[in-house]
Amino acid sequence: MSVGEAQAFSLRGQGGKQNLYEKTFVVLLLVAVLIGVASLITLLIDVLRVGAPRLSVDFLTSLPSRFAARAGAQPALWGTLWVISVCTLFSVPVGMGAAIYLEEFARKGRLATLIELNIANLAAVPSIIYGLLGLAVFVRFFAMGRSVLAGGLTLGLLVLPVIVLSGREALRAVPSSIRDGALALGATRWQTVSRQVFPAALPGFLTGIILALSRAIGETAPLITMGALTYVTFVPNSLLDRFTVLPIQIFNWTSRPQSAFAETAAAGIVVLLAVLLAMNAVAILIRSRYQRKP
Amino acid sequence: MSKVMKRSSEITLDIKPVPTGGTPDDRPESEPIFRVRDLGVRYGGLLAVRGVTADISRNQITAIIGPSGCGKSTLIRCFNRLNDLIPAASIEGQVLYHGVDLYGPAVDPVEVRRHIGMVFQKPNPFPKSIYENIAFGLRVNGMTDDIDARVEHALQGAALWDEVKGKLKSNALSLSGGQQQRLCIARALAVEPDVILMDEPASALDPVATSRIEDLMESLKEDYTILIVTHNMQQAARVSDMTAFLTVEVSDDGHRTGVLVEFAPTTELFTNPRDPRTEAYITGRFG
Repeated sequence: MSVGEAQAFSLRGQGGKQNLYEKTFVVLLLVAVLIGVASLITLLIDVLRVGAPRLSVDFLTSLPSRFAARAGAQPALWGTLWVISVCTLFSVPVGMGAAIYLEEFARKGRLATLIELNIANLAAVPSIIYGLLGLAVFVRFFAMGRSVLAGGLTLGLLVLPVIVLSGREALRAVPSSIRDGALALGATRWQTVSRQVFPAALPGFLTGIILALSRAIGETAPLITMGALTYVTFVPNSLLDRFTVLPIQIFNWTSRPQSAFAETAAAGIVVLLAVLLAMNAVAILIRSRYQRKP
Repeated sequence: MSKVMKRSSEITLDIKPVPTGGTPDDRPESEPIFRVRDLGVRYGGLLAVRGVTADISRNQITAIIGPSGCGKSTLIRCFNRLNDLIPAASIEGQVLYHGVDLYGPAVDPVEVRRHIGMVFQKPNPFPKSIYENIAFGLRVNGMTDDIDARVEHALQGAALWDEVKGKLKSNALSLSGGQQQRLCIARALAVEPDVILMDEPASALDPVATSRIEDLMESLKEDYTILIVTHNMQQAARVSDMTAFLTVEVSDDGHRTGVLVEFAPTTELFTNPRDPRTEAYITGRFG
C-alpha cells in the first residue's frame, strides 16, 4: 500500500488536449443553440417594445386607416383565419390521404420513385410560383375570383408537399411488426392502416402539419401574386369574398413612409405570432394526447 | 363461436380432392391439417426455400429447425400467406389446409389469417392498452359480442390473466418482454384460430419467460395445432412432436437456398437421424 502502487493504478483523467477538445465542442454546440434562441428573443422583445403602445382590443377590432393611430388589423386577422382554415381543410386530408396511399398501398416501383421525386421537388418550388398557379387555376379557370377560397387553396397546394413528405416519414417510422401483427390477426389492409398504423403515425403527421401551417400563415408572395388585396376595409363573410391577410397588411404598413406605422406594423407582427403560436399549441396538445394515450 | 363455425363451413365448400396414399397413417389419432407438397418460395426469381413436402398433424406441435438463413421464417410465413406482403416473393408447390389449396384463386389471404394465427419473433404488441390489443382482433373478426369475457378468456389461455387483470387499461408496452409475448399469444388465441404459427417466439426472452411460453405451448396443444420455428434444438426437442430440419444449400454463384432435409417424429429425428446432415447438425458439428 505504498504511494508508488497507488500511482501505478489511477483513474484520474488524461487531462490536456482531449479535455480541451471535449469542452470546445460543447461550447460550440451551445453557441449554435444560443444563436437561434437569442435571435428569436431579440425579435420578440423588439417587436413587443415597438408594438406595445398600439396593442389593444381596438387594434383587433378596427379597420385599417390612413392614420397610423387609428389603423387596426381586423380585416387582416379575419382574412388570415379564413384563409388558414380553408388551407387546413384542404391540405390536411389530401396530404394525409396521399401519404397513406404512397406509403401503404402504392406498389413500389419506378412510378412511385418518380412521384416521390416530384413531391420532394414541389416542396422546394418558390412560393411565388404557387401564386401564379393559383391565379391561373383557381382564380381564372375555376372562376373563384380573388377570393378567400382561391387563396386558401393556393396556400393548401403550397404546403401539401410538406404534409405528404412528413406524413410518409411518420408512417415509415411505424415498425412493420405492427402491420404484421394486425394482418396476422385477420385484419384487412385498410383495418391495419386505419386502426393501427395511422394512429401510431399521427404524432408525426401533426408535426408535419404544424410546420406546414406555420409556413402557410406567413406567406405573402403567392397571395399577392394571385391578387389578394393590400388595403381592405371589410371583414370577409363568405368563401367568395375578397380578403387580405396579416403578412400582407404588415408589409403594407412597413412600406409606409410615416414612422408611426412602424408601431402599427410591430403590433401586427405580434398578432400574427399570437395566431401562429395558438395554432401550434392546439396541434401540440393533440399530439401529446395521442402520444400519451395507451 | 358461431361465426367461426360458419367460416369453417365456407372454406370447406371448395374442397378439392386430396391425393391420399393407400397406406394408413401411422398416427391414426391425428389427421393431417396441412399437406405441403413440394413447396418453394422465390424472392425476385431466386429460390429461398425449395422442396418442402410434409404432412402436418392436428393437435401436435411441429418444430422447424435449422441453421440461420435456411428459410425457416420464410417457410412458416407461407402457412398464413404473410409472404404475400412482399411484392417480390412468389410461391410454388402447394399448401393444402383441410384439403383446400391456400394459394388457390378463390382464397382470400385475410380469411386464411383468421383461421391461422401467428406469434412473431419479437413481441409486437400494439402501442395501446392490454385490453385493446386483444379487442382489436375480436373487432376485425366481427366477434364483438361480450368482448370483456373474450379478453379475459384469451388472457387466461395465455397464462397472463393473473398478472394483468388489475391493469387492463394500461399500455401493453409497459409489460415485460415475456408478458408482451404472452399477450401476443393471447391476442392470437382470442380470435379462435385453428392453427397457431410461432416464429421463434422465445428467442427474445430470458430462460424463465421461455419456459413459461414452452409450458403454455404444451397446454395449447389440446385445442390448437402449433407450428414453431426455433433455432434452439433443445427447445424443439422439449416441446415438439414432429420436427422438420432445414439446411442451406449454397449454389456455385453463392446463392443460398433452404431445403427440407428430414421430417420425422422429434424423438426419432434427435435419436436416430436418417440423413447425415441432420446428424451433423444435431450433434453440433455444423450450424
